[in-house]
Amino acid sequence: MALRTLIARNPLRAAAPVASRGLQTFSLPDLPYDYGQLEPAISAEIMQLHHQKHHQAYITNFNKALEQLDAATAKGDASTVVKLQSAIKFNGGGHVNHSIFWKNLAPVRAGGGEPPHGSLHKAIDSNFGSFEALIQKMNAEGAAVQGSGWVWLGLDKEFKRLVVETTGNQDPLVTKGASLVPLLGIDVWEHAYYLQYKNVRPDYLKNIWKVINWKYACEVFDKESA
Amino acid sequence: MSLFNCISNQCPLGSSNKLGSFGAVPQLGGAQRRDKSRNSRRISSITAYYGLKSPPYKLDALEPYMSQKTLEVHWGAHHRGYVEALNKHLAKNDVLYGYTMDELIKVTYNNGNPWPEFNSAAQVWNHDFFWESMQPGGGEMPTLGLLQQIEKDFGSFINFREKFVEAALTSFGSCWVWLVLKREKRCLAIVKTSNAINPLVWNDIPITGLDVWEHAYYLDFKNDRAKYINTFMDHLISWEAAAARMARAQSFVNLGEPKIPVA
Repeated sequence: MALRTLIARNPLRAAAPVASRGLQTFSLPDLPYDYGQLEPAISAEIMQLHHQKHHQAYITNFNKALEQLDAATAKGDASTVVKLQSAIKFNGGGHVNHSIFWKNLAPVRAGGGEPPHGSLHKAIDSNFGSFEALIQKMNAEGAAVQGSGWVWLGLDKEFKRLVVETTGNQDPLVTKGASLVPLLGIDVWEHAYYLQYKNVRPDYLKNIWKVINWKYACEVFDKESA
Repeated sequence: MSLFNCISNQCPLGSSNKLGSFGAVPQLGGAQRRDKSRNSRRISSITAYYGLKSPPYKLDALEPYMSQKTLEVHWGAHHRGYVEALNKHLAKNDVLYGYTMDELIKVTYNNGNPWPEFNSAAQVWNHDFFWESMQPGGGEMPTLGLLQQIEKDFGSFINFREKFVEAALTSFGSCWVWLVLKREKRCLAIVKTSNAINPLVWNDIPITGLDVWEHAYYLDFKNDRAKYINTFMDHLISWEAAAARMARAQSFVNLGEPKIPVA
């Protein structure tokens, strides 16, 4: 999205301060629920830190990296442009992934934990056998992620099927396949669960299903498989 | 290092690491030849396992810089978990018996395409190394030869500290940061590794290391990684341990050799 504004710029104005060049900056999205509303599956303390500190840090560093990219592009500094890619992928990925993650969660009273209906439910049954089998598969793969990463339920638009994938660090799902669309992502970085579950990641995975927002996943599925 | 115990009916305790082959069992006294078939009937099973080594200080000794709670979970749950996982792997087949821990790590790293055992083995080693890299009343500066080498390779201790902190701050995801002695280049360097990887896989000699996985600092510092890193440098790092490792490293890497030009 930000790249569109970069291309439209006049490179001769490189001397002007960055803010005036119409560079898109990203900002922290609000959560559609209070920090405490996902208890007891995820504690309020974790939600607040995760949103206000971790996600915000990704956004801050993403914006910084994009600024530096802008400056380097304007100067024609190809090697800096390339050097910045890992910071952009990491911080930008962190922003993208967490933005999806907040929508993947909902308080119980707003439908969190309610299994999906309709076409997504059918697709889950045909791809994985049953809803329970999908949960088990995602829990197993999520627990097996070494270090930091995510476990995803994705829609493969090309082959019209659902997949369970894991990505490392903040790699978005699309790094595993250009035609993959994330329906549901679970953050298995330690910061997502440590204060509450310590090292017992499987317990976190078992409990998070109680606040998973299947409504959002159904919406995305319906839209992308149309 | 972790204990490597050998339990069996015949195998003498504390013998060499080689198991599973009778040829390695030392002949004791006299000219008694061991009858292979007779012995194999008596030995029911040989079990080897790694043990969880305690840190060289009590779990509350690093307070207030690293809480007892952190030690209890980090050592008692994470580190212990890695040891148990390693033993489970090793129990499955004895192909990996007979290796020292260092060799086990290099072999299972498999030149960048690691076997499943690598994660457990390396993390056991990494955490043993980490606990020994800290001490109560740590921090301050190295002295004597180690300080000289740091000044030689980094310009000054301040510069080294800055670079080390920066490396730890800029690592993505679950990482370790090491001060290593590079064998080929014969100098000290700062190396970042991800997940379980450690400098042994490149045949370098680690002098000290810092665990930058979130579980290492989250209970004490939450997301404030910078504070954790600085606390480590100011109050936890054991320059004594580093100096001992440096001294040992110098028996493998000759740092004093003059460069003799050819022709």
